[in-house]
Amino acid sequence: MSDLSMIEAVLLTIITASTPLLLAAIGELVVERSGVLNLGVEGMMIVGAVMGFAATQATGSPYIGIVAAMISGVAMSLLFGFLTLNLMSNQVATGLALTILGLGLSGMVGEAFIGQPGISLKPIAIPVLSVIPFIGPLLFNQDVLVYASYGLVIAVYFVLFKSRTGLIIRAVGDNHGSAHSLGYSVIQVRYLAVMFGGACSGLAGAYLSLIYTPQWVEGMTAGRGWIALALVVFASWRPARVLIGAYLFGAVSILQFHAQASGIGLPTQLMSALPYLATIIVLIIISRNKTLAKVNTPACLGKPFVPDR
Amino acid sequence: MENEQRSGPVTEGEDLIKAKGITKRFGDILANNNVDLVIRQGEIHALLGENGAGKSTLVKILYGVLEPGAGEILWKGKRVSIPNPATARKLGVGMVFQHFSLFEALSVVENIALAMPKSEKIKALSKRITEVSQKYGLPLDPAALVADLPVGIRQRIEIVRCLLQNPSLIIMDEPTSVLTPQEADQLFVTLQRLASEGCAILYISHRLEEVKKICHNATIMRHGRVMGGCDPAVETPASLARMMVGSDVHDISTGATEVRQGDVMLRLRNLSIPSDGAFGIELKDVNLDLRGGEIVAVAGIAANGQSELFDAISGETQVRDAYAVEICGVPVGKRKVNDRRLLGAAFVPEERLGHGAVPGFVLSENILLTRYKTEPSLIRHGMLNQKLATEIEKRITVSYDVRMSHENPEARSLSGGNLQKFVVGRELDRVPKVLVINQPTWGVDAGAAALIRQAIIDLARGGSAVLVISQDLDEIYEISDRIAVIARGDLSMAEPASAMTREKVGLLMAGMGESKSASMALNAGETHAH
Repeated sequence: MSDLSMIEAVLLTIITASTPLLLAAIGELVVERSGVLNLGVEGMMIVGAVMGFAATQATGSPYIGIVAAMISGVAMSLLFGFLTLNLMSNQVATGLALTILGLGLSGMVGEAFIGQPGISLKPIAIPVLSVIPFIGPLLFNQDVLVYASYGLVIAVYFVLFKSRTGLIIRAVGDNHGSAHSLGYSVIQVRYLAVMFGGACSGLAGAYLSLIYTPQWVEGMTAGRGWIALALVVFASWRPARVLIGAYLFGAVSILQFHAQASGIGLPTQLMSALPYLATIIVLIIISRNKTLAKVNTPACLGKPFVPDR
Repeated sequence: MENEQRSGPVTEGEDLIKAKGITKRFGDILANNNVDLVIRQGEIHALLGENGAGKSTLVKILYGVLEPGAGEILWKGKRVSIPNPATARKLGVGMVFQHFSLFEALSVVENIALAMPKSEKIKALSKRITEVSQKYGLPLDPAALVADLPVGIRQRIEIVRCLLQNPSLIIMDEPTSVLTPQEADQLFVTLQRLASEGCAILYISHRLEEVKKICHNATIMRHGRVMGGCDPAVETPASLARMMVGSDVHDISTGATEVRQGDVMLRLRNLSIPSDGAFGIELKDVNLDLRGGEIVAVAGIAANGQSELFDAISGETQVRDAYAVEICGVPVGKRKVNDRRLLGAAFVPEERLGHGAVPGFVLSENILLTRYKTEPSLIRHGMLNQKLATEIEKRITVSYDVRMSHENPEARSLSGGNLQKFVVGRELDRVPKVLVINQPTWGVDAGAAALIRQAIIDLARGGSAVLVISQDLDEIYEISDRIAVIARGDLSMAEPASAMTREKVGLLMAGMGESKSASMALNAGETHAH
């Protein structure tokens, strides 16, 4: 194997490692921008993973699996939305419960699928562009979910910061009382945001069980939902920084494997901690401007909205 | 503002909005009881009443934030229902809230875009904002972030936001409570211009002087009912207050005219504090001697160093030079708040909810917070003496007439005026030797304000030293023996109230006292005992 193709292989695995984080984080970013803290990302993700796998096995089509994963993620998020937005339950506690529920539920549903070989989603080569040496296979011969993740980052950026819809979402997250008195339906906006987050988490789960390792393994999300949550905060709720953070985390976690394999004399524990350290440090440096950080943080994050009497 | 500009009651205008028999109940409280209100086109209509009289409920119903339990609203003669603010805006009703409904993390233009009926390109909207704000003398930078703007400018955003919707009726809830006298005058010009263009204004205010000055008509509410209407021009502030309160507001008696000068209880010596951050004010060489038995008032426009001065005296900010602040002869510059309280000082900050009291704590717990050090019996073997705290709470709420829905409620459940009476009462109950109080009656109705001012005077006449920081000149002249003016962190010399004309105070407030020549010009013809 030539050096170049070696590098290419490493970069491909980095994309694979980063995509699920990016998908889940970009969804949660929108949720939190609307003022809702949904800690159930991990739970929604794993339910998406098992349902995506199950639907793919049943129909033979990974695309139907993807749709099923999104629907199940949305279903989980609706449960969260009903509890926190209608019944005003505590968002932190409810989010934790959603994660525990998702882990348990996926274990139960997935028991029948353990050990079954899955059907992998094939990459889609974009004509002409995909034959460009080196960057062609990297950027233009990917599966639909990788393309979707890039599309989502761009779309979320434009919607949040350039469109009226995004202005309303940010307004609801910044001051729900004022948004209400201006006549916006805080609950409705938050429901839609929470559902978007659920769909993205479902996608992230599908990526794991259909592409990353095309099979069902219990607990296969392995804490990625939590990392996605942390990325959103450290990225100070900015889409581009979420992209940087997700890829940085993915890159360092892959590179440290290679470093370990090549026999660098550092303790493996330290190496395994590297992705976390590197990501936190870089994102803190990016978001060090205190006034901007304050402006980016949704002021109503996690606060239940109780309309005026 | 010339009084001649006021054109008396507007009778020729058509009825714009007519509310009939509006009733709204919250639990056991009838917030609005069969309320009638008529506003004509082009009039500035005052809505008067004490805190809790039902004014806010009524305007929220007119703006569609609340739905009335009974009654009907006629808009230009047609019966309408206003289920939400969007409907109100469509009809042509705009509102400027007392507590701003702005989004701090968004820019001016984004804030305004949110209130516009349909999508308009941000660029085009920015242009319109600039035009309208110039036209009405309310300059605004559309791209500025609200978080960076002072309150006066924030109010402008709300007003411009209203104006862009071409409203026929603008509701303003205590608009001048956050403005300097100059800003308020500027606002009155804008309001009069709007009224002359046919726009009606419903004006809620506690400041009876300004109601007299600009309003054509007034409706007075008490305990959820309309007590009647009047033409403010022919009334006096006292008669207006009487209608609001239902009885005469007690005239404040200042006690002995000859103030017996006691010892110096609070001494500031060359107190200087560098500013913190871009919006802070630097205190420069502040000097003051405050004697027992006297009330010294610090006048000044908002954000000229008042909070910095208060923090330095109370001990929230400590200074390098211990001798810069002396309480009862003890240098305390480096000591903390409780040490200063132990010397007999008491402090009432400006912001009653959040600073003066913890919103989610009941009143007795809020008493514990400022008094556990000065009253050792409040802590027994490391445990809170809740019983004693509750007794003190009862004593304070009775003697300061704090009205509450049940015994020992959470601080946040009290109305502004009642909470202020509690916060002031909590400190006065200790009979402190030195009292420092920032904005004692901000946003408080006439009855409560009179009670608080009388209590402050009584304390001073009992021999304590009182420093009142206030932006309300009427209040200052009513209660103080000497007046100092703070401008950009500079404190003028405290001089007898009788020697300080309003013109002089005004010039000092504007910072004209800084240059030697100005102060010499001011002092010309006056003699001082230095």
